[in-house]
Amino acid sequence: MGQITLQGVQKSFGPVHIIKGADLDIADGSFVVFVGPSGCGKTTLLRLIAGLGDVSGGKILIDGKNVVDTPPAKRGLSMVFQSYALYPHMSVRGNIGFGLKMAGLPKEEINRKVEAAAATLNLTSYLDRKPRELSGGQRQRVAIGRAIVREPKAFLFDEPLSNLDAALRVQMRIEVTRLQKQLGTTAIYVTHDQVEAMTMADKIVVLNGGKIEQYGSPLELYERPANLFVAGFIGSPKMNFVTGENALQRGAATIGVRPEHLKIERDGASGWQGTIAVAEHLGSDTFLYVDAGALGMLTARYIGELSLHAGDRVSLMPDPARIHRFDESGNALRG
Amino acid sequence: MATRQTQLLARSLLTPAVGLLFIWMIVPLALTIYFSTLHYSLLDPGSESFVGLENFRYFLTDPAFLASLQNTLVLVGSVLALTILLGIPLALLMDQPVIGRNFVRLMVIAPFFVMPTVSALVWKNLLMHPVSGLFAWLASLFGLTPIDWFNDVPLLAVILIVTWQWLPFATLILLTALQSLDEEQKEAAEMDGASAVSTFIYITLPHLARPITVVILIETIFLLTVFAEIFVTTGGGPGLQTTNIAFLIYSQALIQFDVGSASAGGLVAVVIANIVAFFLVRIVGRNLEA
Repeated sequence: MGQITLQGVQKSFGPVHIIKGADLDIADGSFVVFVGPSGCGKTTLLRLIAGLGDVSGGKILIDGKNVVDTPPAKRGLSMVFQSYALYPHMSVRGNIGFGLKMAGLPKEEINRKVEAAAATLNLTSYLDRKPRELSGGQRQRVAIGRAIVREPKAFLFDEPLSNLDAALRVQMRIEVTRLQKQLGTTAIYVTHDQVEAMTMADKIVVLNGGKIEQYGSPLELYERPANLFVAGFIGSPKMNFVTGENALQRGAATIGVRPEHLKIERDGASGWQGTIAVAEHLGSDTFLYVDAGALGMLTARYIGELSLHAGDRVSLMPDPARIHRFDESGNALRG
Repeated sequence: MATRQTQLLARSLLTPAVGLLFIWMIVPLALTIYFSTLHYSLLDPGSESFVGLENFRYFLTDPAFLASLQNTLVLVGSVLALTILLGIPLALLMDQPVIGRNFVRLMVIAPFFVMPTVSALVWKNLLMHPVSGLFAWLASLFGLTPIDWFNDVPLLAVILIVTWQWLPFATLILLTALQSLDEEQKEAAEMDGASAVSTFIYITLPHLARPITVVILIETIFLLTVFAEIFVTTGGGPGLQTTNIAFLIYSQALIQFDVGSASAGGLVAVVIANIVAFFLVRIVGRNLEA
């Protein structure tokens, strides 16, 4: 079991409020990603759950039990750190088994569990190596092995893939997700990369300035962002925002249209007119950055190749069903 | 062509420095080797004559030699052990966030800046003096008989003084090492359920292995030649109780005025230092391999 509930969790360092009251329900076995810009408090929140920081207010419930006064080791969670934090003088075997050794398990049992974890992660042939003799991806797997061997109620990941190169990151992303599904253990994963968040999560928590902006499944966040911040943060390239006349016509202070929901017409008469400033041709996609005069810069995405170039005049037609409307304070308007 | 010119230029620019160093080292060494084969007494000038290895036989068979060799090893070993055993807890304490930490650090480092002769004088006359010393006063407060440090336990007294001088060095090296310990490693250990003691044994101590090696190697170099502290406090005595190799060589040359024998002793000391260094590097040097 690994059901985690936050009730009004706050954290302040002196007069600075880092977390301004977070409420969250994480179901057993789900993969939840905390995502937000740097300094939004996502790592702080994770550390509060881990017990590496003390809450300034509120409750953290693990399986219904308040753990705010429980030391980290007794919470039954395990953590994968950004720097992996492997013990440099211990072999892979020693690293993975350290938690079990501290728990006072007999040697044979530790060996059995370590070997089982190593087999899951394809580390068996590296068990007697030191961390410095491993590649980045292998170190990452050792760190994960150290987390899974203790059979925790939940895994906490603190930006674990940020030190890997792009190709390896995609591979580890899939491995971590598959492992989590296979073990069925709750996981909380912190990242600033919204692609990681969208691809890995069952549910995403978008944090900004110490507040939870929205909590929902990746597609929910994509299709129904609760406010301007979430709308702008989720999705790549970013959503286009238009204010003024165009927005007022639709009864909103701001309207947002995703680049992929703009229909591109060459020399069209209807829709938003503009000149292409930059055209990016990726083969699979074409991104157009369009100078639309009073509307500002707009980004449009076309699936496939579109032979338009900088300087060409285009008109962009927003898909009326896919227009997001926001009020003056930035909250989404529905209906 | 360009490479050869660069090399030639580099070598010619290096030559003065290398040459000066070479002369600086080779002249005293050559003279020492030369004197070690002479009968050369300052009390009997003009009587120098070649005696072969007679000086070495004389120095090595002198009962004072074995005694001073033993004193040297005891002194080096004790000071090394004490500075490391006391340095680790001190460094751990100084790594804690407390008010005035920078001031405390400065104070702890202070003994290192005091000249050996000065600190030896202070210890001899202000602290360890059996009548007017601070320790004697403390002992009499509790109704104990003051210890006459330099007569009853002379070697221990010298060890304490030298330890006091070298403790800051050990503490400082260990402290900087502690500060370079990755915070996330300690947190990982905390998540793994390690207690403070386990964290120290399994995480901190292995991390300190390399700085401890550095402390041992550097201190050994200097501790083999401790002289001022002995000269100022005990003068090698009582008897031979605090005479180490360095002091023995001094006494041969400038108390007995036997330059030949002192030169032979100097060469023996070089050999001993090399033997010690050889074993040290074998024992602790593997920690230095990355």
